[in-house]
Amino acid sequence: MSAYEAIILTIITASTPLLLAAIGELVVERSGVLNLGIEGMMVMGAVTGFAASYVTGSPWLGVLAAVLAGVATSMLFGLLTQTLMTNQVATGLAITLLGLGLSGLIGSGFVGLPGVKLTSVSITGLTDLPYVGRLVFDQDPLVYLSVILTLGVAYILKHTRVGLIIRAVGQNHHSAHALGYRVVTVRYACIAFGGATSGLAGAYLSLVYTPQWIENMTAGRGWIALALVVFSTWLPARLAAGAYLFGGVWILGLYAQGMGIGIPAQLLSSLPYVATILALVIISTNRRLSVINTPASLGQGFVPDR
Amino acid sequence: MNKLLKAAAGIVLASALSVSAIAADKLKVGFIYIGPPGDHGWTYQHDQGRQAIDAHFGDKVETVFVENVPEGPDAERTITRLARQGAGLIFTTSFGYMDPTMNVAAKFPDVKFEHATGYKRSDNVSTYGARFYEGRYVIGQIAAQMSKSGVAGYIGSFPIPEVVRGINSFLLGAQTVNPDFKLKVVWVNSWFDPGREADAAKVLISQGADIITQHTDSTAAVQVAEEQGVSAFGQASDMAAFAPNALLTSIIDNWADYYIARTQAVLDGSWVSTDTFGGMDANMVEMGPFINMPAAVKARAEATAEAIKTGKLHPFAGPVYKQDGSIAAAAGTTVDMGTLLGMDWYVQGVDDQL
Repeated sequence: MSAYEAIILTIITASTPLLLAAIGELVVERSGVLNLGIEGMMVMGAVTGFAASYVTGSPWLGVLAAVLAGVATSMLFGLLTQTLMTNQVATGLAITLLGLGLSGLIGSGFVGLPGVKLTSVSITGLTDLPYVGRLVFDQDPLVYLSVILTLGVAYILKHTRVGLIIRAVGQNHHSAHALGYRVVTVRYACIAFGGATSGLAGAYLSLVYTPQWIENMTAGRGWIALALVVFSTWLPARLAAGAYLFGGVWILGLYAQGMGIGIPAQLLSSLPYVATILALVIISTNRRLSVINTPASLGQGFVPDR
Repeated sequence: MNKLLKAAAGIVLASALSVSAIAADKLKVGFIYIGPPGDHGWTYQHDQGRQAIDAHFGDKVETVFVENVPEGPDAERTITRLARQGAGLIFTTSFGYMDPTMNVAAKFPDVKFEHATGYKRSDNVSTYGARFYEGRYVIGQIAAQMSKSGVAGYIGSFPIPEVVRGINSFLLGAQTVNPDFKLKVVWVNSWFDPGREADAAKVLISQGADIITQHTDSTAAVQVAEEQGVSAFGQASDMAAFAPNALLTSIIDNWADYYIARTQAVLDGSWVSTDTFGGMDANMVEMGPFINMPAAVKARAEATAEAIKTGKLHPFAGPVYKQDGSIAAAAGTTVDMGTLLGMDWYVQGVDDQL
């Protein structure tokens, strides 16, 4: 494996959990809901995925369990914010804290056990292609899934009736309601989707990235995913670019250190954040585009009149 | 008013008496941990030491611990609580507990405190630490013999003297085998972020390192090494379960003997404030089983460990050159303890700059 392939592979691994978690949150926010609980849903997915795969021996059951755990956690958020009308920001933060604590409790018996790794899918024959063979055709299944999800979300949001409804609900829930759409139901569905992809991101951490369970192993990735959604101005293509930019700058920072260039390590590890801020500034100079895509009802609860 | 004061004084006195009464029949030993005992690293080993106290003293001593205590105000509150509950001896097992320990110790002059890796002491506060760099020297020597590429990768947490000392010691050990041995260093700026540690390991391997060692707390790096077919070393505890084919040995922190000795001292009434910096000689630093290596390499590693243990060999014995070529210790001398404790320079050959 050449150095170039190794760099790209490492970047893909570092970026995929961010992309998975962020693509779900993008849909959630497009429907007008701000869920700050990504970190909590991710860590719940990570612990459940690890526990299920360890007990059953099957990484796929682990992935399934992680998705279910993510959905369950997100449904708690949905119940609180959509039915009981609590404040979305406060509830999201509470979900994060709950997830971090509860996952520690669930996972206390699984700390320090070697995990079951989800193996990569290689497409025979194609992996030998020069330069791109191993990069495109020898990845773990969740990487492919993250790409499919991103393309799918982009297509559905832009070209289908379902996407139109989600965007309508996020732009102006009163109008959507007046047209006869069930605003709360649509939002519940979007929140569940966000929970599912956050759970997947968690599973990616505990089954692929570092196959083990350690308390708080998400280490703030949920917050980065949240920032990426804003960074992308709610556009899936930009979201993918942002996730890979972030992962890329981070990994290249490590590379630069390993080469002994002599740039302070502290500066290098702040670079991904600096790059994100710079990109954000450049994007936001085009105000019209940002305003068009921002869901106008973001973070506002909706109570049907009747 | 006067009555009230008397009553209050009486309650305080009574509670103080009851506390000392409990302390008299059974010594209570408290522990404050920075992480969970299941981290398979730093806290895990401290907890092994606590269990050793239980096993050694049986009914004479009772141990209690509080895990996941953040460094800062929470630590002071937790330590105070343990002292109030009648603990006679309290171990605070992370560097950041230093000031909280000093503050609480001033309020509880009769309680003995032991703070790990710190440098502030008082009449009832001792400090203790271990010369982990001795183990680093041994693994450095193994690395140079096992490496085919002649390049090792070192994952660092933060560029503090403790970590820099380990890096230097590792390379000095390696240079006894191969004077041109190369050491690449990557800092992840965290004690604990499995994802980043794994990324760093992958980066180092792709840059030609076929030996991975780390001064961070998780097992992520040894797992990557196992997956990619290179060698690795365990840190703080035996990590063979995570890399049965890749692991060569582990540096193990062993606090058990020290903890038992200090508990005994409190029971005898012979406890005094001290500063302990134990190494292989005190069994505070131990090497795990030497595996996945030829017999000759194993024999040499055992001999080196023995020489360090008996004091015949000092990892920082001269001549030691700094990275810029200036001399840090001439032949026949060793780098002195003060310099070691505040080490902020690399030895010659490290492929990184501080």
